[in-house]
Amino acid sequence: MSLPSSTTSSSPGSSGPTHNATSAPRTGAHRTGAQVMCEALIREGASVMFGIPGGCIMPFYHAMWEYRDALRHVLCRHEQGAGHAAEGYARATGQVGVCIGTSGPGATNLVTPIADAWMDGTPLIAITGQVPSHLLGTDAFQETDITGITVPITKHNFLVTRADELPRVFREAFHIARTGRPGPVLIDITKDAQLARLVPDWDVAMDLPGYRPTGFHPELAHAYGAVPSNADAIEACAALLHAAARPLILAGNGVIQGGATRELRALAEQTGIPVITTLHGLGVMPHDHPLALGMPGMHGWVHVNRAIQQCDVLLNIGSRFDDRVTGKASTFAPHAKVIHVDIDAAEIGKLVRADIGIVSDCRPVLEALAVSLSAATATDATRDRRPWLTEIARMRDDHMPRQGYTRRDRSAPLMPHDVFDAFNANFRDRQDWRVVTDVGQHQMWAAQLIDWSRPRSHITSGGAGTMGFSLPAAMGAAIADPERTVWVIVGDGGFQMTSCELATIAQEGLTNLKIAVINNGYLGMVRQWQQLFEGRRYSGTPLTGPDFSKLAEAHGLRGITVDHADDAVLAIQTAWAQHSCVLIDFRVEREANVFPMVPAGRSIGDMMLTESADASQHDSSPRVASHHATSHHAASPAASPSVSPSAKA
Amino acid sequence: MSQHTLIALLQDRPGVLHRTVTLLRRRGFNIASLAVGRSEVPGISRMTLVVDASDATQVVSQLDRLVEVIGVTDVTNEHAVQRETALAKIVASPSRLHQLVDIVAAHGARVLHVGDDEMIVEITDTPERVELFIAFIRPEGLAELMRTGRLAMMRGRTTTRLEAPAHYRDQADGAPHEEVAA
Repeated sequence: MSLPSSTTSSSPGSSGPTHNATSAPRTGAHRTGAQVMCEALIREGASVMFGIPGGCIMPFYHAMWEYRDALRHVLCRHEQGAGHAAEGYARATGQVGVCIGTSGPGATNLVTPIADAWMDGTPLIAITGQVPSHLLGTDAFQETDITGITVPITKHNFLVTRADELPRVFREAFHIARTGRPGPVLIDITKDAQLARLVPDWDVAMDLPGYRPTGFHPELAHAYGAVPSNADAIEACAALLHAAARPLILAGNGVIQGGATRELRALAEQTGIPVITTLHGLGVMPHDHPLALGMPGMHGWVHVNRAIQQCDVLLNIGSRFDDRVTGKASTFAPHAKVIHVDIDAAEIGKLVRADIGIVSDCRPVLEALAVSLSAATATDATRDRRPWLTEIARMRDDHMPRQGYTRRDRSAPLMPHDVFDAFNANFRDRQDWRVVTDVGQHQMWAAQLIDWSRPRSHITSGGAGTMGFSLPAAMGAAIADPERTVWVIVGDGGFQMTSCELATIAQEGLTNLKIAVINNGYLGMVRQWQQLFEGRRYSGTPLTGPDFSKLAEAHGLRGITVDHADDAVLAIQTAWAQHSCVLIDFRVEREANVFPMVPAGRSIGDMMLTESADASQHDSSPRVASHHATSHHAASPAASPSVSPSAKA
Repeated sequence: MSQHTLIALLQDRPGVLHRTVTLLRRRGFNIASLAVGRSEVPGISRMTLVVDASDATQVVSQLDRLVEVIGVTDVTNEHAVQRETALAKIVASPSRLHQLVDIVAAHGARVLHVGDDEMIVEITDTPERVELFIAFIRPEGLAELMRTGRLAMMRGRTTTRLEAPAHYRDQADGAPHEEVAA
């Protein structure tokens, strides 16, 4: 992963006003801790960092100037944006993302992206400045115990007070972040350690005796169905799959992180076992593959959730049985023998009992299963899975029409699904795109309706559900891969949480980043819950915003506003063709809902397919942003559902 | 809910106890007792942890996930030697104290200090017998109690230092490394 050594021994800062006329130091020479930090990053393969300077991280920024040809720094407008940008970079490439903040508020602003990376297994290095070591613990200016704060949301963190620890700490930090189940690692470095001079020892060994990122843990064998080794578990797993009449594969983020997409498709095709994909697994199976069923869970398709409830063997590969997937866990897949393959031993049996647990990276398991199953089929006729596939197809045919949003009335308001249809029309036959979604209704519509076909083409905040994730994460993805256009699909609520990063996009000239705001003037997912379960008490959900097109233009970007379904395809096409970041403000039907829906805490067999009849009348008021301003006096649960709170003065 | 006794090997670094306790708190495991100190290997601490849990699998695997935790063993059903030490201050009349000196000795406790109207005794025994002893002295004027928490060690040549890495063991002043795989 490290760059050729010539990169570090050359003179990166040969031009420009450096503090050191002789530019970066030679190998073996004294250098500052801050210079060592830069060289360590380069050695670990980092080439882009997202951050904001401040007092206690200034020595690092001082040194960074010398290395700017090898290490690009992207100044963000808020450390949260820097953290999400590093996450987007990591999720697009599989490489470790790097973000930087100063001590105190700079560090605490990184907490949300660190927690997000923790939940979604995103490899992230967060570098924070810290007050000089002699001031630690004195409540010095901008001192915050960031290592203490981030203990529960990092794989590990380090407080470095001595410069000679830096080479080892950076090596360990990157190793921890990128191996096993990837995740965030924070390195907090005191200002004096950044300033101290040393001759770095780059050959220093890692000291991580307790870190076993992969592999079977014999002490936990009893919890995994008493299988004594992975090899035996694979045989048991193959036997279960071979004998199954109604098997299913549940593929998650681990398949993408483990680079096992091809192996997964091969196993599915070899065995004829249909595949369902979690939110983070979208793209591992092409949407039009005959064995690709789609997404399960709270907003999963009916036939997918029903298939889970009927299957007799469920192979979960690289997914952690999040409650948004399982619904009420005790009723999940009640007839199934469950095989759980996860790189993190702690996930096995945590939420759903596993009949067989395998602690491993996904790819070797899929490869071994393919071998094992081909041996099994050689000696025994392959089980006829056609009745099972026919049954799933029947369930899909029964319910897809109600899941779809077929436009019948061309004069009807722009519906969110029109926007996603327009995206599919533009995405068809193209490979040069990614989508980064935020959190809420648009995220679920995108997951359901976009024709996902490639791994890493879909990036979102899953486990943490961080609104405001998408715009900065897309910056990271756009910088990581300039050849692909990155589409931000974001609600008007989430967009306003991090929209300050429009300035970063403009400053960095990210022309391959395009933004689609699904603007309904509500915090829509919360509003949907309020409509369905709380008697339409729209408390705290009506939302105004600026004219988003003009906001984009104010940043020197382009803006388009779309009110009609007929304009959606062309708007996307136009935005894509422009050599500029373009924002499209899609002013959609305000009270469209995401279906199917499993109410929180219920069994996934328990799906709502529509609003109840009396709650189905939509607000037909104009959807311009200025109308969103009118506050609404809390409607009681008994209030007439036809009253449109936001349309009342 | 039953109790589980776990032995963990930890890197002896600042913050490692904080990480351990934070994890147990956030995952909702109740700590009944915790004792930690340096092990026979420089740089490595050994911890005996008693948690209230019907199934310790999650505790073990979550602890094991911590980078500075080298290994965790559930010794609940391992017939391990288990000991706890308690110091107790008993306040009583001089005459009663005089009688108590012999009685506590009969319980296996040691008298560490006797004053005019108070004394300090120490008991080191199985957790159950320590409990019994405390129950006995409570009505005698138990004024102050200090307990170490449980210590546990597996019997036989099996040790819980199996996973201590070689470069740590090499620093252990030529201590014998005969270990039997579990």
